[in-house]
Amino acid sequence: MSNDILVMTEQLSGKVNDISYEMVGKAKALAGTLGGEVVAVMLGSGMSDAANSFAADTTIYVDDPALADFNPEAYSKVIAALVTEKSPRLTMIGSTTMGMDIGAWLAAKTNQQFVAYVADLAAADGDLVATSQLYAGKLTAEVALEGASVTAVLAGAFPAEAGRGSTAAEQIASPVPLNDLKTKFVQLNRPEGGDIDITAQEKLVAVGRGIGGEDNIELAEELAEALGAVVAASRPVTDAGWLPKTRQVGKSGVAVKPKLYLMLGISGAPEHLEGMKDADLIIAVNTDANAPIFDVAHYGTTCDLFDVAEAMVEALE
Amino acid sequence: MNIVVAIKHVPSLTDELELNDEGTNLDFDMVDFALSEWDEQAIEEAALIKEASGGTVTVIGVDVIEELDNVLHTALAKGADKAVKIVGDFEPPLESRDQARLLADAIRGMSPDLVLTGVQAIDDLNGQIGPMLAAYLDMPYVGVVVGMRAIAGTATVEKEYAGGVTAEFKVSLPMVVGIQAAAHPPRYAPVSKIRQMAKTAVIDEIEADDDEFDPVSIIKMSKPVAASHAEMIDGDPEAVAEKIIGLLRERGLLA
Repeated sequence: MSNDILVMTEQLSGKVNDISYEMVGKAKALAGTLGGEVVAVMLGSGMSDAANSFAADTTIYVDDPALADFNPEAYSKVIAALVTEKSPRLTMIGSTTMGMDIGAWLAAKTNQQFVAYVADLAAADGDLVATSQLYAGKLTAEVALEGASVTAVLAGAFPAEAGRGSTAAEQIASPVPLNDLKTKFVQLNRPEGGDIDITAQEKLVAVGRGIGGEDNIELAEELAEALGAVVAASRPVTDAGWLPKTRQVGKSGVAVKPKLYLMLGISGAPEHLEGMKDADLIIAVNTDANAPIFDVAHYGTTCDLFDVAEAMVEALE
Repeated sequence: MNIVVAIKHVPSLTDELELNDEGTNLDFDMVDFALSEWDEQAIEEAALIKEASGGTVTVIGVDVIEELDNVLHTALAKGADKAVKIVGDFEPPLESRDQARLLADAIRGMSPDLVLTGVQAIDDLNGQIGPMLAAYLDMPYVGVVVGMRAIAGTATVEKEYAGGVTAEFKVSLPMVVGIQAAAHPPRYAPVSKIRQMAKTAVIDEIEADDDEFDPVSIIKMSKPVAASHAEMIDGDPEAVAEKIIGLLRERGLLA
């Protein structure tokens, strides 16, 4: 095992996801203490500009037509071969919808320790400790990373700026054959236009599971109208089909930074916080006084959301 | 189509989470367990595939606290054909990695075409079950799946990325799928039907032949110390509404 840190970067259609820079930046800070190098790895095809954008000591760019688009099977096999060859102390993968297909698989396949949902990493005297967010953000666990380990890092945990750079990537061919894959990428589907773009709104009224049902969306719409706002949602609401997918804020939705984010019945799971924690003014209405959202919101109330929404609509009329 | 759904029993978030005296994990005597919410989605998706393409659905889980029967009876009431629990000398927390190994050992002999799991669980400290099952069973894996169909040896799956973008993959079966959301919200199983299953259904038991577990070294578990806390607005709904409106006016967010 080396003292190196291998960072699995992430791109979609040649555009690097910020989590990649966030991880490279944190890896550089840790490498100073561990005494190893930071090796960034990017997989793709015809994307050398993106591959040259990291501040790593070494960037390995695996260029193969079979890697042009994310393919869980192809990407996993390539990264496993590189991890086996380089034998890093720590491998960092994004806890993103792409990274979640690889991290735990890689650790199981290469028989390394794995820690998911990592919000912080610390190194001292050769020891590495990962802080993981569990139970929908209600608890954190500090875990000793014993031996070669893989971590899945939450988006937004570290600043991206420290990871941006211009290290010239070393371009290599795939270390494993990619001609007999069982998984074939077919196409990307982009959301249909036509709905309101919630990222462009100054004021959002966001509804969560606590809204209780499709019939109650109307009340949120009324309040939004009275405030000159638009209705956004957390995952359970769009999964249930109460609002279209285009309204979803968070990890698999969009990131928003409005002047007002008024939240009705959203507890504040890490996946949602990822998409709204930088809003200028966050007001949370949630009957659970222990909901994690109250650690992020500027103002909060445990009043019933229906009572508050109705009272606000009435007062504004 | 032989469909296996691997499920996980996880601490329920309904009640306040209590830590043990050492502060290294939950006080498992003080928590209730429930089916992982993403596994509800996986069970629903399996039922939908069975309705569309035929086949059998087997639901399997590790019975960590010897209270899995109700979850399995509910799955049967929702359309699963067979329920299996892996039993042994377990104690919580039996971590994801160990559960995945036990599940893989049991599933290997079932020769499934499709293995569905919830994409994640709230206690997945050392990994999500799906990708680890894929590693142990040597099958391809696609997770964060929000739509799929499976016909004659091939599955088409729709995987979610950020911003509403999805990617479509075609995969030769067998494969493991991590379900984020089924095509429809999970169906409701009437209590009478669950009771009936509890009386008549047989849950197969597989004895775990592995009792060497490998938990991660948790130094400390704690409730997150927030850098800040919201300023709480008290009072009746009218007073709260008035205060919120006042805050918006102060900031020029309302005319």
